[in-house]
Amino acid sequence: MDILAKERKVRELESKILELGNDEITSKLRQEIERYKEEAMTHLTAWDRVLLARHQLRPVASEFISYLCDSFMEFHGDRNFRDDKSIIGGIGIINGTVVTIVAQQKGKTLDENLVRNFAMPHPEGYRKALRLMKQAEKFRRPIITLIDTPGAYPGLGAEERGQGEAIARNLLEMSNFTVPVIAVIIGEGGRGGALALGVANTVMMLENAIYSILTPEGYATILWKDATLASKAAEVMKVTSYDLEELGVIDQIIKEPLGGAHFNKMETFKNTKFAIVNELQELKQFTGIQLRDKRMEKYRNYGFFQRFNYDNLKGVKS
Amino acid sequence: MNDLIRAFENRKSSNKQIKIARTKSLVTSAKIDVPVGLYEKCPTCKEPVNTKTTIENNFICKNCGDHFRVRAIDRIKMTTDTGTFVEKGHGYITLNPLFQDGYEEKVAENKRKTGLDEAYVYGYCEINGMPCVIGVMDSYFLMGSMGSVVGEKVTKSFEYAMYKKLPIVIFTASGGARMQEGIFSLMQMAKTSQAVLRHAEMGLLYISVLTHPTTGGVTASFASLGDIILAEPNALIGFAGPRVIEQTINQLLPEGFQRSEFLEDKGFIDLVVHRNELKTTLGKLLMFHRRFQ
Repeated sequence: MDILAKERKVRELESKILELGNDEITSKLRQEIERYKEEAMTHLTAWDRVLLARHQLRPVASEFISYLCDSFMEFHGDRNFRDDKSIIGGIGIINGTVVTIVAQQKGKTLDENLVRNFAMPHPEGYRKALRLMKQAEKFRRPIITLIDTPGAYPGLGAEERGQGEAIARNLLEMSNFTVPVIAVIIGEGGRGGALALGVANTVMMLENAIYSILTPEGYATILWKDATLASKAAEVMKVTSYDLEELGVIDQIIKEPLGGAHFNKMETFKNTKFAIVNELQELKQFTGIQLRDKRMEKYRNYGFFQRFNYDNLKGVKS
Repeated sequence: MNDLIRAFENRKSSNKQIKIARTKSLVTSAKIDVPVGLYEKCPTCKEPVNTKTTIENNFICKNCGDHFRVRAIDRIKMTTDTGTFVEKGHGYITLNPLFQDGYEEKVAENKRKTGLDEAYVYGYCEINGMPCVIGVMDSYFLMGSMGSVVGEKVTKSFEYAMYKKLPIVIFTASGGARMQEGIFSLMQMAKTSQAVLRHAEMGLLYISVLTHPTTGGVTASFASLGDIILAEPNALIGFAGPRVIEQTINQLLPEGFQRSEFLEDKGFIDLVVHRNELKTTLGKLLMFHRRFQ
């Protein structure tokens, strides 16, 4: 039974309790449900977390922003082609600090998702993000990116306008910023499309978010020629926050309430804000050049390999 | 930077061993195996072409002018001045960070087949008398995919060029990031991009030559960031693969989509250069960018 089935069961029970209406019994039943939730939803598999990261009710970037910021002003357009709705960006105030926020925005309904293109940005979206981030650099504002995308959009127009170039340029420019950059993966972090906003001093991740080079389905199709093995692929690919923290790819995990972020949105937002405010305070002590060098060094060291040391060969018969 | 200098000083003391390794890697893999028999069928025009003339013609089909895929060794041979290439960055060992089944065997098999350490070779060379660093991806090694070692070697080649204050020329041919290494492959995109940045900050030239096929994570990192971007005719260059796009938009792609001429038309490539003229063009470009002082 996967996490969605468990959730359905909990919801069913809760609606039944509402029908009963008797105080004494309901409080007892509520406790029972809580116990069941605790039992069923604490140890999640990788595939469960993939499902949660894509959950329909999961809070999207704009909800995070409206909680995080006291006042947020959104800006549009890349000054070049058009405004990409799948990326939103602007200036807001978090706990008294003015920051630039760039985020990938999913929709809540199908109609909204069509407008947002399922949070799959076109090149102009990345160029808009870069434009806003460069402004942040100019006016010395910290940058916060919220990542939630299945990947950059693979389509005719996107290729024509240089999807690869747009992402590459973002990667290059983001490593060059001298202001603090914090990336938070709030849902799906898929492929280069996520990394294009993810070159940061601190990469945080919600507990049930995923971050991967490819969707589990795509991985199963490419390597095993069978898309139905996606759940196995999720396990193998190391996509969950705990795996990635172990591998050193992310710096911090933000706790989610039991059963996923959508069970108690406020708690999720509060934890996220707490983590971001703390991190901003932490990064304040560094100068711009230090921040840049630290970020560079961090990404320079990623990789898992060995180098054969020729000096050790001395004296060994070859 | 100090670390870098120290590292290279350490390397000097072990020059002898490196040379041995170099001859090994070059000599054992010097055999040319694109067309096996005397005559080979061209995959584009389906006409039989003479193997020997094809090789003499820089792996271009005599009939239709199609550019075949080229191994790294042959690419170096046809681009650099004879006897000037010195390979650097030896001894990287690909590991299996995510414990994928069969990955080590696959790498070992490809190592045996190609005679290379990994899908990327770099070193010092001269092109028409102009000294530079050359880096070549080999699409015969696991489709030239970028894993930890390829990312590291690309970064190292930029660092070597920075240390020697030389321009760098990179021939890309890759299917994208290496899926078996998962998130580590993804991180190589950021790593190589910032290597380009640091190289550029020293005021040095980076020419990127896109060859068939260049897709995925390589397009979205160092391949698209060259000061000058050249491409071979009719090479497949794009971020998403054609099959993925077809599935997404549910229709067939137009003829010539994602080919180098198309991208030149859209303004993402400086120049499409025929393979026979590539060496002259590179020599000229390097000459143009000689330092004034």
